[in-house]
Amino acid sequence: MNNLFTYTGSSSFTEFLGAYAPDLLPSRMQAPAVPVGDQIPHATTIVAATCAGGVVMAGDRRATSGNIISQRDIEKVFRTDDYSCMGIAGTASTGIEMARLYRVELEHYEKTEGRSLSTEGKANRLATMIRGNLAMAMQGLVVVPLFAAYDPAIDGGRIFGYDVGGGPYEQRNYHSIGSGSIFARGSLKKLYREGASPEDTVLACLNALYDAADDDSATGGPDVTRKIWPVMAVITADGFRRLPEEEVSELVQTMLAGRMEDPDGPTAPLR
Amino acid sequence: MSMPFGYASPEQIMRDRAEYARKGIARGRSVVVMQYADGILFVAPNPSKALHKISEIYDRIGFAAVGRYNEFESLRLAGIRYADINGYTFNRNDVTGRGLANLYAQQLGMIFTESIKSLEVEIVVAEVGDSQAEDQIYRLTFDGSVFDEQGMAVIGGQAEAVAGRLKERYKDNMPLPEALEAALVALTEPGGERPPATQLEVAVLDRGREHRKFLRLTGPRLERLLKTVKSETKPDKPAEDVSLPEPPTAPDGDIDTGSAE
Repeated sequence: MNNLFTYTGSSSFTEFLGAYAPDLLPSRMQAPAVPVGDQIPHATTIVAATCAGGVVMAGDRRATSGNIISQRDIEKVFRTDDYSCMGIAGTASTGIEMARLYRVELEHYEKTEGRSLSTEGKANRLATMIRGNLAMAMQGLVVVPLFAAYDPAIDGGRIFGYDVGGGPYEQRNYHSIGSGSIFARGSLKKLYREGASPEDTVLACLNALYDAADDDSATGGPDVTRKIWPVMAVITADGFRRLPEEEVSELVQTMLAGRMEDPDGPTAPLR
Repeated sequence: MSMPFGYASPEQIMRDRAEYARKGIARGRSVVVMQYADGILFVAPNPSKALHKISEIYDRIGFAAVGRYNEFESLRLAGIRYADINGYTFNRNDVTGRGLANLYAQQLGMIFTESIKSLEVEIVVAEVGDSQAEDQIYRLTFDGSVFDEQGMAVIGGQAEAVAGRLKERYKDNMPLPEALEAALVALTEPGGERPPATQLEVAVLDRGREHRKFLRLTGPRLERLLKTVKSETKPDKPAEDVSLPEPPTAPDGDIDTGSAE
């Protein structure tokens, strides 16, 4: 117990954990000798887009192992503090653990120092964590996060992408990760409006997820019979807000009604 | 081991240490920790904006301390490490105020018996529960004794006098403005001047908040709250408008400011 009291390192929880209980760090796990990626559930598509005064993040609910749907209602968008969230794609288990650690990391700094990390600081910490997972990624346990935050310095949302080696890469306007990301990004490219209201941006993200699910077998669409809807989160100056089930349900129903008429969804004007 | 020149009995050593610590702690200002209707209120007269006496430890746990800053700061940081480690290893709900109080008690007791100088600190660990009955306030003294306080705790300075004044005004289920008023009255010597908002450190553990219950009340928010406290007439706005924007920390309805007598 003693180095709880005498530890003199930085305000990083991960660093302290490395000194105090290194086994608990996800990045210190023994990398398996053979690739095991296909046998472990994978999380799929996450989209994020900036809106007026903030940012929106949305994720589908499917996890797959190869051709099997391993979970229908997994949650892959995590609130990390009052003004930020992250979504994960890739190995679900490692990703969830990483999100849990990352949340403590941000909180630990905030409590220790009496102030929040800067948005860049938050993005950099996540990059270090992802880089620490590189050995695992080489054996198929890839985790790629998407980080979105409200930055009080610019009074707006910011989005950071990563690759297996870390990052961060700041993204303009919108970004998507996961198996369905190609389709989601294509959809957002046409539906995204700069400076649109959070409500409209939520709709754009919802449509992007639908388009991803439409063309990617690993991305789950809205499950109407089981009433499983995507996780939608909005971060503004008021903080992180996950849209309640009923609200998302209503949005999804409206979107589905539209798609009944036009299965490809809204069209962007040609000129 | 050689016998030191000038033998002192263990009783004498302990007494001296205790007296030394008591003197150091009594030198500062008092800190009040008390229950109110929606959680636990912390009030400390503190001119410094940077050196906090009150802090968040975990989702439901707050910390208040008096005495030597460097000593209680290291206790505070250790508490945060303990809480974060446990919450990460097990689950966020598995971090308890009782566990933290025990950790502090061990450390304080060990230092008191083994070091030349005991820590000149007195601390409060408070945990807000789902209901008022589940709230916990632990007071820990420099020698590692733990006191399970009911409703309120006063540490540092003229603690007994302050506690006496607070007891006169303390009631169960006080709304936030009324509780703050009671704390300020208790912290002000009779006939003395009340510290202005800039000289106050105020925080709450509000059971109505999501995720992290701890909230520091500063700037305009605190000034508004203090104004409600001061005004002799009952304000016509519900309490939540003057305290916290979300979620409410006081029930709807008129506020009894506690000062209109």
